[in-house]
Amino acid sequence: MEWETVIGLEIHAQLSTKSKLFSGSSTAYGAEPNTQANVVDLAMPGVLPVLNIDAVRKAVMFGMAIEADVPDVSVFARKNYFYPDLPQGYQISQFDKPIVGLGHLDIELENGETKRIGVTRAHLEQDAGKSLHKDFAGQTGVDLNRSGTPLLEIVSEPDMSNAKEAVAYMKKIHSLVQFLGICDGNMQEGSFRCDANVSVRPKGQAEFGTRAELKNINSFKFVERAINIEVERQIDVIEAGGEVVQETRLFDPDKDETRSMRSKEEANDYRYFPDPDLLPVAITQELRDSVRAELPELPEQKKQRFINQFELSAFDAGVLTSNRALSDYFEAVAEATGEAKLSANWVNGELASHLNKAELDVTESKVSAEQLTGLIKRIADNTISGKIAKDVFEAIWNGEGDADEIIEAKGLKQITDSGAIESIIDEIIAANPGQYEQYRSGKDKLFGFFVGQVMKASKGKANPAEVNRLLKAKLDA
Amino acid sequence: MHNKSLTELAAGLRAGEFTSVELTQHFLDRIEKYDESLNSFITVTPEIALAQAAEADAQIAAGTAGPLTGIPMALKDIFCTDGVKTSCASKMLDNFISPYNATVVEKLKAAGMPMLGKTNMDEFAMGSSNESSYYGAVKNPWDTERVPGGSSGGSAAAVAARLVPMATGTDTGGSIRQPASLTGITGIKPTYGRVSRFGMIAYASSLDQGGVFARDAADCALVLGAMAGFDEKDSTSSEREVEDYAAGLDQSLQGLRIGVPAEYFGEGLDEGVAASIKSALDKYKELGAEIVEIELPNTGLAIPSYYVIAPAECSANLSRLDGVRYGHRCEDPVDLEDMYKRSRAEGFGSEVKRRIMVGTYALSAGYYDAYYLKAQKVRRKIKDDFVQAFENVDVIMGPVSPTTAFKLGEKSDDPVSMYLSDIYTLAVNLAGLPAISVPVEPAEGLPVGLQIIGNYFDESRLLNVAHQFQQATDWHKQSPEGFGG
Repeated sequence: MEWETVIGLEIHAQLSTKSKLFSGSSTAYGAEPNTQANVVDLAMPGVLPVLNIDAVRKAVMFGMAIEADVPDVSVFARKNYFYPDLPQGYQISQFDKPIVGLGHLDIELENGETKRIGVTRAHLEQDAGKSLHKDFAGQTGVDLNRSGTPLLEIVSEPDMSNAKEAVAYMKKIHSLVQFLGICDGNMQEGSFRCDANVSVRPKGQAEFGTRAELKNINSFKFVERAINIEVERQIDVIEAGGEVVQETRLFDPDKDETRSMRSKEEANDYRYFPDPDLLPVAITQELRDSVRAELPELPEQKKQRFINQFELSAFDAGVLTSNRALSDYFEAVAEATGEAKLSANWVNGELASHLNKAELDVTESKVSAEQLTGLIKRIADNTISGKIAKDVFEAIWNGEGDADEIIEAKGLKQITDSGAIESIIDEIIAANPGQYEQYRSGKDKLFGFFVGQVMKASKGKANPAEVNRLLKAKLDA
Repeated sequence: MHNKSLTELAAGLRAGEFTSVELTQHFLDRIEKYDESLNSFITVTPEIALAQAAEADAQIAAGTAGPLTGIPMALKDIFCTDGVKTSCASKMLDNFISPYNATVVEKLKAAGMPMLGKTNMDEFAMGSSNESSYYGAVKNPWDTERVPGGSSGGSAAAVAARLVPMATGTDTGGSIRQPASLTGITGIKPTYGRVSRFGMIAYASSLDQGGVFARDAADCALVLGAMAGFDEKDSTSSEREVEDYAAGLDQSLQGLRIGVPAEYFGEGLDEGVAASIKSALDKYKELGAEIVEIELPNTGLAIPSYYVIAPAECSANLSRLDGVRYGHRCEDPVDLEDMYKRSRAEGFGSEVKRRIMVGTYALSAGYYDAYYLKAQKVRRKIKDDFVQAFENVDVIMGPVSPTTAFKLGEKSDDPVSMYLSDIYTLAVNLAGLPAISVPVEPAEGLPVGLQIIGNYFDESRLLNVAHQFQQATDWHKQSPEGFGG
């Protein structure tokens, strides 16, 4: 039988506000345990939450970016359950009145087509603290630094039909929230994580199959693997005559398997109800206007602009705008050099491959935009050839200095002086009389041999165009 | 000294008739001497009180004192006090020393009022008799075999017995007005949002409101002015400016339109109480007011609505009391679930458990619409009744409680009959209105309170209407015997 997969994602993006969703504590990552938890975060008796308006603005901005309905009023609700890292005994979240309603996002498929993915809703909620099970000899430690940090939970429609689409969607959201400056996107620190709802059904069937929820997947690679493994598992279960049960499953990247955490029957009844400590959130026209005024250029708009302004190919523009920092890097270089195409080639070429190899983000690049600008300027003014430039790039990457310093120190300046080149040519012709004779008698192919010899003799520094011109003149004279 | 009003005490302090330290010591002595029979305090804080009194004396001497500087007070043990035990009368918080002050506490501290201690109450403010306290029942100073009412029974009893000039309370379903009524003092519950709830341990967040117990309306006006106001730490507090409550006290009541709802004089109202309320209404007519018969048709729905909404909110509010970060934790838990179950089973009393269970049920899947949502719809109808009524009248009057103080133990085994005693007070909380209890003619030797309900943020008028009655009567000056006159 042929099977069809249905996937929906719930993405948790930590909003990059200075303070928590309902308290003034800092949200900075990595502090000593429990040093960023005040009486509100500790849920002392009598304390009250006060909404951080910056989180509201960031959520509204996200809504605008996915062309979603942002209703005039949204409501915070309490989601009740007991856990030691949930100090209130309930999470303040949103239930039937989320801050962002139905929106959408287009993803690019491998075949070059685009597919529209619905975003059901996005709502604000508090993150929990962390339970630490190591180092406490049979007990559990609780760190409440993260407790109360604002999250935007972005829930998609079940619109994705394979793991690759899910990854494309997740990457697109990841890029979008960074473009908007509402989330740092740091997946190692858990600022961006995802749950996947996965089900299978016989091809052509209208009803959905029973779904499993894969929890807390924190990398693009794992999302793809977890979904593929889960799809295979579900098909195996059904083909063996069994039934998929609705449950929450955990992906184990070490064992490459998903395993059951809890079934539907064991699921909590969260007893949502409107939080009486918080007024409904009114999204006024004033707020909308001021958020819209701050709305940055979106990836899609930037891509179009790069195509128009810099005459880039759609492919190059797409790659360069996949990430805000990368697009900023490119634009800085292109503007400073006035060489957009060359800049795009270098950013997507040498720079990208070095970053990849070193597993670094563009923000951590060892060649800064200024340094690449310096290098490209020397290519453009013919000080060095493209081939030499790669060596210079390598040297900059290794911390040997800026392009000019390296060119100077290593004597890499291109030889453009025709006298100097001519004398090299004369030497080469004199040293290779046999080849010269053959060329003269009509063996044109040997021209390449002479170019190679001249370049070699000049240690690659001779201007190739100049070499061509002068060599042609000499040989054909 | 203990029979003087706050204004008189302030004048005495300024004139140098006595110092704040002397005044504070006087009340500490009275607590020491008389509270054993009343059990109105959970914690007495003599060192703090006297240190604050000495500071107040310095301010008075320096001429920087405010109208309340140097006058001691007590706080219901539901208000968090930095460095002092804040128990909410529960075993659960018997070991809890708050690391911060409630906004009300900060405000009264800033007003220069020394804190004598923390008063007894029903556990987590759940009760109408002050019998559910982990620290034992509070007794009514008018008859120590009777209850003082609840949940702010300790504050009411202490003010009634003149152990303290004023005390704070909280009112979720009548917890200021009912004990004020049963102990013959004046107690005001302001409009929801008038007094900050920050640091006031939550029972039912959409209903809880802090207020004042004092001997009379003029005293209440002074203290409420110091307590009220917007607090950025409480999103539900009102940004509306606080009026000068004392300034409006002397207005005439000529032409005042008093709405009297038929529903507040029906079955279940004690005859003696009814007679006292009627004679108070006659007094208001003498003062120039007009009585208008009104209807509040949904009054009967207040009890079922309240006893769904309040438990629902409390079931979540009390979840933080889990034994993890503070409060009672059971001995040697075998695992997490065991720790939760035993800590909470041991830490909470039976009324608190009952309400947590009722509330959890009302919010659970499949029942939410039938209970919680329905109760919220009823709540809107009750509010609409009042809004309509206030189109025609200035205030609404009726009894606070259907009976005078009942005997200790009389209703403690019958929670429903206890709930029914809140019939006249609950609707006010559901609507979020301000109301005051004013002592009128006692019935069979026991105090009776007249409830005056005002429109939203009309505290000024409430206090004025109460004050004018007290100018014409002496009921608020009567005090129970046996407490040194």
